[in-house]
Amino acid sequence: MLNNSIQVKGLQKSYKQLQVLKGVDFEVQKGSIFALLGSNGAGKTTIVKILTTLLKHDGGTAAVNGFDVASKPDNVRQSISLTGQFAAVDEILTGRENLIMIVRLRHLQNPRQLADNLLKRFGLTDAADRRVATYSGGMRRRLDLAMSLVGKPQTIFLDEPTSGLDPEGRIEVWKIVKELAEGGTTVFLTTQYLDEAEQLADRIAILHEGRIIANGTLVELKKLFPPAKVEYVEKQPTLEEIFLAIVGKKEEK
Amino acid sequence: MEAIQNHFFNDLSVMLGRSLRHIFRSMDTVITVTIMPIMFMLLFVYVFGGAIQTGTDNYVNYLLPGILLIAIASGISYTAYRLFLDVQGGIFERFHSMPISRSTVLWGHVLTSLVSNAISVVVIILVALLMGFRSSAGVVSWLAVAGILAMFTLSLTWIAAIAGLSAKSVDGVSAFSYPIIFLPFISSAFVPTESMPEAVRAFAENQPVTSIVEAIRALLSGQPVGNDIWVALAWCVGIMLVAYFFAMRAYKKRV
Repeated sequence: MLNNSIQVKGLQKSYKQLQVLKGVDFEVQKGSIFALLGSNGAGKTTIVKILTTLLKHDGGTAAVNGFDVASKPDNVRQSISLTGQFAAVDEILTGRENLIMIVRLRHLQNPRQLADNLLKRFGLTDAADRRVATYSGGMRRRLDLAMSLVGKPQTIFLDEPTSGLDPEGRIEVWKIVKELAEGGTTVFLTTQYLDEAEQLADRIAILHEGRIIANGTLVELKKLFPPAKVEYVEKQPTLEEIFLAIVGKKEEK
Repeated sequence: MEAIQNHFFNDLSVMLGRSLRHIFRSMDTVITVTIMPIMFMLLFVYVFGGAIQTGTDNYVNYLLPGILLIAIASGISYTAYRLFLDVQGGIFERFHSMPISRSTVLWGHVLTSLVSNAISVVVIILVALLMGFRSSAGVVSWLAVAGILAMFTLSLTWIAAIAGLSAKSVDGVSAFSYPIIFLPFISSAFVPTESMPEAVRAFAENQPVTSIVEAIRALLSGQPVGNDIWVALAWCVGIMLVAYFFAMRAYKKRV
């Protein structure tokens, strides 16, 4: 129990007639990266919303960091943070003001100091006093993630963190996610990019038609397929590799 | 297990600080809100005013209360707009997934609406002074006027909150305010109701704007206020309670 940051049993949720979740079960180990895969409309965001106390479920149980999401939502909120599909930043405020706002809402001391540290860590020091409206998509996402790290929550929810980012932006986010897990934070992420799950996740679950139809490590999931056949294929660079080579950035693994 | 403390006032001050920055960094919204009522005031005083028989020699004095109400009615649509952007942009969800006092997310916008509308009201009164507005009201009467306007702003702001929370598109957000902006025209704000046809007159005399306008007009001109102020306050409180109820319902649907 204590080794699990997230515990979900028989989770159900309907919107009017439409049953989106038909009994979802999974567990996420403390300090691991867990990827929830699924096509658009599979219910990934619904699960994130239930686990982050934004939405009430109809049946089953869900606990985050040992607290039941239905009966102890305040404790859950204290121990998590959410980065949604769209960068949830305030465009009219500056990057620094955004961070200070979140520090104050988490009721922590030394907002300025904490904000400066995060700005530095995410390479936003130069842009700190510019309005977020002038930021690029990648900078916004970085600020968004920085805001989620305020107060060092035990579990972080990332709902499609790289959608809409360019390749460099994606790799940057991946690096941050890996660092977080190395620091002991549990990361729950949803994605529709299979390579993203492959790159990052310790465990991968596939959500399909309201149920988890597969759940395991990448190696385990690969075993579900017939054994590999040896074929000789000329190795062509992917467009992503070409792009990154031309712009002179090295992919960090 | 650590107890979750109530941080209502801390959180409210953060939310208020945030949305006040929004209005002070986009003063164009205040200008947009004040310009239309000022144009109406110029139009009515210098174009139509000569033809309107109100029984007073200073038409600016007669007109000002209605103009202030129009300014507030158009000002609150920005509250709806800002709330709508928060809901759409995801920052609403971020706040709600945090250990904060949740109601402050709405109250921050509501208090900001009071501040921004107070700014527009002051600007318009200054313009009216240039156009010949004079008042014999004392401090108490001015405070009463401020109180009525604040109540009116609050009641309309909660209507704006319903729109901001439940609108599906940006166009839908501001559409709700048009009927409210037009209510003063079918009241005693610009012309005495005696000149209107019977059915219109019956509506004009019994709708909230008339009693609010009459109360403010009496207070500013040092006349006895009579029942109007109580009718006006009853309207404001009534609208506010109903709108608050529906705003909370729209809010609960969102979270």
